[in-house]
Amino acid sequence: MTSFPRPAEGTWTEHYSELGTAPISFQDSISPEFYRREQDAIFRQAWLNVGRIEDLPKKGSWFTKDIVAARTSVIVTRGPDDSVKAFHNVCRHRGNKLVWDTKPTQEAQGFARQFVCKYHGWRYGLDGSCTYVHQENEFFDVDKDKLGLAEVQCEVFAGFIFVCLARQPQQTLRDFLGPMVGALEGYPFELMTERYSFRAENNSNWKVFIDAFQEYYHVPPLHTYQLGPNNRDPNAEFEGAHYQLDGPHRVVTTSGSQKHKWPVETMYPTEVLLRSGNMGPWDATEFDSELPGINPGGVKRWGIDNFQIFPNLEVLIYERNWYLSYRFWPTSHNTHVFEADLWFTPARTARERLAREYAAITVKEYALQDAGTLDGTQLGLESEAFDEYPLNDQEILVRHFHKSVGDWVAAHEGTAAGASR
Amino acid sequence: MSALLPAEFADLEPYAADWCLAAEPDRWAKRLDSTMEEMKAFYDVCFPRAEEAIAYCDKFDLDDLPDDAKNLLHLLFSFALVSYPIEVWNQPLPIDTGSARLDRIREPRL
Repeated sequence: MTSFPRPAEGTWTEHYSELGTAPISFQDSISPEFYRREQDAIFRQAWLNVGRIEDLPKKGSWFTKDIVAARTSVIVTRGPDDSVKAFHNVCRHRGNKLVWDTKPTQEAQGFARQFVCKYHGWRYGLDGSCTYVHQENEFFDVDKDKLGLAEVQCEVFAGFIFVCLARQPQQTLRDFLGPMVGALEGYPFELMTERYSFRAENNSNWKVFIDAFQEYYHVPPLHTYQLGPNNRDPNAEFEGAHYQLDGPHRVVTTSGSQKHKWPVETMYPTEVLLRSGNMGPWDATEFDSELPGINPGGVKRWGIDNFQIFPNLEVLIYERNWYLSYRFWPTSHNTHVFEADLWFTPARTARERLAREYAAITVKEYALQDAGTLDGTQLGLESEAFDEYPLNDQEILVRHFHKSVGDWVAAHEGTAAGASR
Repeated sequence: MSALLPAEFADLEPYAADWCLAAEPDRWAKRLDSTMEEMKAFYDVCFPRAEEAIAYCDKFDLDDLPDDAKNLLHLLFSFALVSYPIEVWNQPLPIDTGSARLDRIREPRL
């Protein structure tokens, strides 16, 4: 097993000494009361990724995003001037959900010159302004100019569209993302537009699934078959090449011999036939541009960067020039919606399309194993058989995440308490 | 009934009606609805012809595939999907899927 250099302190966890090394409680993943605090402190305060710029392909494009944890839905629009804006998806008149398709409880997308409320016919421009009040002369002292939609703070970073539901965000999006994630500005995400999307409703706290993707310690035991037909070893060890924390955000970088360079006999026959698999299509599209922000630790034989962007976005960037984004949306203290998008450069040939299809198939195969642990973990944690759980150095990101969530909640409550005094 | 696949691939034709499926949710449902024996038979016939089938499809513009080539590529998508039960899991679902589901809700279509 390759051994990668660790910080002078000997471990990643001790390098970030504020984390401590003590066992941690997962009370934050089972408590309805703590979930209510997260709703206020995190989902109504933090910048949240609600989509990609590819979701708004032209002027007039819009989509809605339900943010259940904040008990709201937002409309995101691309206006005639190409500006991206977001609004609460609520009619100014009587509070009806303004834009929906077949059911108000489902998200929608489309193209429009204006939005018309289904209830009383009020109309709004893509900039949120009210343009028509039905039977306006029946109202008392109404001024259309003051009856626009409630705008939500919205900013775009590297093509990722974020909203912040706080009336006055504590930080700009760039300040919130910090230098480590911010360095990805300029990475050519926009060249990867061929998209495969997945969705699941899972019976666990949202953080439990994030935890499953922010450590690779589980890979040899849980994904024993991922290594191939002749090298299945559940006792194999895994070691991340680089871990880095920046504010509430974190990254793990993997390194290793690239899958497409492995001996043929160690791979599944269809991997070899289709030249693709869990690391993506082997025949990568080469990018002419620089690739800013990736491999922040400068590891040799870089494989994957797994950026965990607080609170609920994961972006995995692969050496074979594709990426994957996951979002985890809590719907209660022990349920969440999982969204996954795989992004490839557009296939130019049937062979390339099939290689992408096989990569997308492979992601689902192993993600089902990850998701298969969820209800069991949730049930186990909720049994409260133990007060706390040990985490090893390879699980530093789990430790950091739960600390960040706790710190974020405490900071918000401290501010709120200060403001109310 | 007229053939779904190009004449060169008549040996795959017996599987075409079941497995030429344009959408992953339909292919996934078919996988879960099939026995290992059925999938093994399909896999065994398809695997040795896959390279020729890809080359056949690549004679055309990907955005302008004739219907029979499109069917053939959809069949290859199904082949890629059943390779997991056959080569990896030895059962239709990934090992330890438990009660998990993961629905593909968007994909590029031919």
